[in-house]
Amino acid sequence: MLHPPELEHLHRPDPDARPTVELRNVTAGYNRSKVLQDVDLKIMPGDFVGLLGPSGSGKTTLLRVVLGAVDVQQGEVRVNEKPIRGRNNRAGYVPQLETIDWNFPVTVEETVMMGRTMANPWLPWYRKHEKELAYDMMQRLGIADLAKRHIRQLSGGQQQRVFLARALASSPDLLLLDEPTSGVDLKTRDDVMHLLHDLNHAGVTIVMTTHEINAVAVHLPRIVCLNGTIVADGPPHRVITPHILREVYGAEMPVIQYHGMTLVAESAHFWIDRNGGEPLATVPDDSHREPVMSHAHPTSGNVPEHHHHHSDPE
Amino acid sequence: MALLEPFEFGFFVRAIIAAFLVGGLCAFMGTYIVLRSMSYIGHGLAHAIFGGAVVSSAMSFNFFVGATLWGFLSALLIAWTTRKNPIGSDAAIGIVTTASFALGIAIISRNHGFTHDFEAALWGSVLAVERADIIAIAVVTIAVAAVFFFAYKMFLFNTFDSDVARFYGIPTAWMDAVFALMLAGTVVVSMRVLGVTMIAAAVVIAPIVARLLTNSFVKMTILSTLIGIMCSVIGIYMSYFINVSSGASVVLLSAGVFVAALAWSRIRRALSRSPADAPGLSRLPDGSLE
Repeated sequence: MLHPPELEHLHRPDPDARPTVELRNVTAGYNRSKVLQDVDLKIMPGDFVGLLGPSGSGKTTLLRVVLGAVDVQQGEVRVNEKPIRGRNNRAGYVPQLETIDWNFPVTVEETVMMGRTMANPWLPWYRKHEKELAYDMMQRLGIADLAKRHIRQLSGGQQQRVFLARALASSPDLLLLDEPTSGVDLKTRDDVMHLLHDLNHAGVTIVMTTHEINAVAVHLPRIVCLNGTIVADGPPHRVITPHILREVYGAEMPVIQYHGMTLVAESAHFWIDRNGGEPLATVPDDSHREPVMSHAHPTSGNVPEHHHHHSDPE
Repeated sequence: MALLEPFEFGFFVRAIIAAFLVGGLCAFMGTYIVLRSMSYIGHGLAHAIFGGAVVSSAMSFNFFVGATLWGFLSALLIAWTTRKNPIGSDAAIGIVTTASFALGIAIISRNHGFTHDFEAALWGSVLAVERADIIAIAVVTIAVAAVFFFAYKMFLFNTFDSDVARFYGIPTAWMDAVFALMLAGTVVVSMRVLGVTMIAAAVVIAPIVARLLTNSFVKMTILSTLIGIMCSVIGIYMSYFINVSSGASVVLLSAGVFVAALAWSRIRRALSRSPADAPGLSRLPDGSLE
């Protein structure tokens, strides 16, 4: 259990705070297609937001809108209450580990320093205080002693830390992470989520995308459900309901509340009671886990690629 | 002494100076080309520029300016073709550069007059190097060195991960355009020494050898440049004695160095393998743990 719901009150927004990023009625996409429509979203200082939705729901596009890297066709994006034109220089971005070229000849230190590139773009070296900042960041994330290593010579969790350190080295107002838990093993996923919670408690504003409901989304203080537009926005126990999940994923997903913890049966073939798919009140024992024929639930045939990990609630 | 005999000829001294600069320049640019998996565009651009050189010559336009512009426009045309149409970049390079090369050949075959000069451009010739060539090579070398010195951090990030570099505010489209211009300039000034058909190897082999020997970007750049200079100078020096065209001589020597480096890195890797190695470590080029 990464983030007990009891801690939720710590994240209650300060009424005087000004949004770090605000999207007003934004429609955005590539060329003429519209990936996102009519999106209204406020990200407040200290927020930890998970963007949840199936593939093609606009999670990555929304991140890019916040980065200022997608054409906004309608509406307005405001950063620190000012409309932005072009790029949002106040955001630090952490890419998916799967997109990194691990054969590229760079060390941990060189990679982290990349975050400082645009601080003095025409200076061929880094200033002393920049090196110290990067070193502090590496120390904070526990990778300072790996500084001279090649990026391939690291564990998954360490690799994720390198790219977090790079993003933090640019002193951003908020951190944006694209699927930080995708393609990593279970232990790394836990490491990364703990680390992000620690950073958030230290005051870093975080927005991340995820498609993992049980392993990631339900542990975040705030979830934004996407399906081309924002379907729901709030804490997990409000947002993770069968009704909302049906709208987001187009599939029946029973939700189980267990000792204040939210659990979703991500594949409709499992855990559904034979009498009509009402959510079970408790975690069923093994005898209930037998696959149930889907004839009772016509929509269950549409479950979009979520056959993995209906795993332990940790 | 027989070994110093070639240096008695002015043309040979010019050729060695040109070889020194061209070898270093190509290998330096090659580091970025290899790391961005752009080797094929280097090969294609050399052919496209040959067409540009012939057209410039036929129109009595300045060879260096005309051919560089032609190469630069070819690179932009390739980028445009890939972006605006459902055509892969490999196919776009194949079409644009080969068509340009074919245009050059077509003009030559209609005007038998300047066949000899372009034979040098195709295969490389030490006899072709003139004073103006050396000045042109020096100008491009200085320009490339200055651009990379001042924009080093931006080029490193853009080479490592262009998409993310854009999110960090790096003007990636501008950097790619400047890079294409510098690459076109490099190919144009190298053409007469190494030959159109041999340039790709001169650009690719030295950085690959350097990559086999180090895991650091800065070290790779320096090593690549040194290896490029060495292969080019020794290759052209050898070409005098074995009576082989200069481009072929340089490329064959480089290929030999590559084979030796590959063997060396495999031996080192085999020797350093131990159960304590982390997963994926065995795929490291130098096999070292630290």
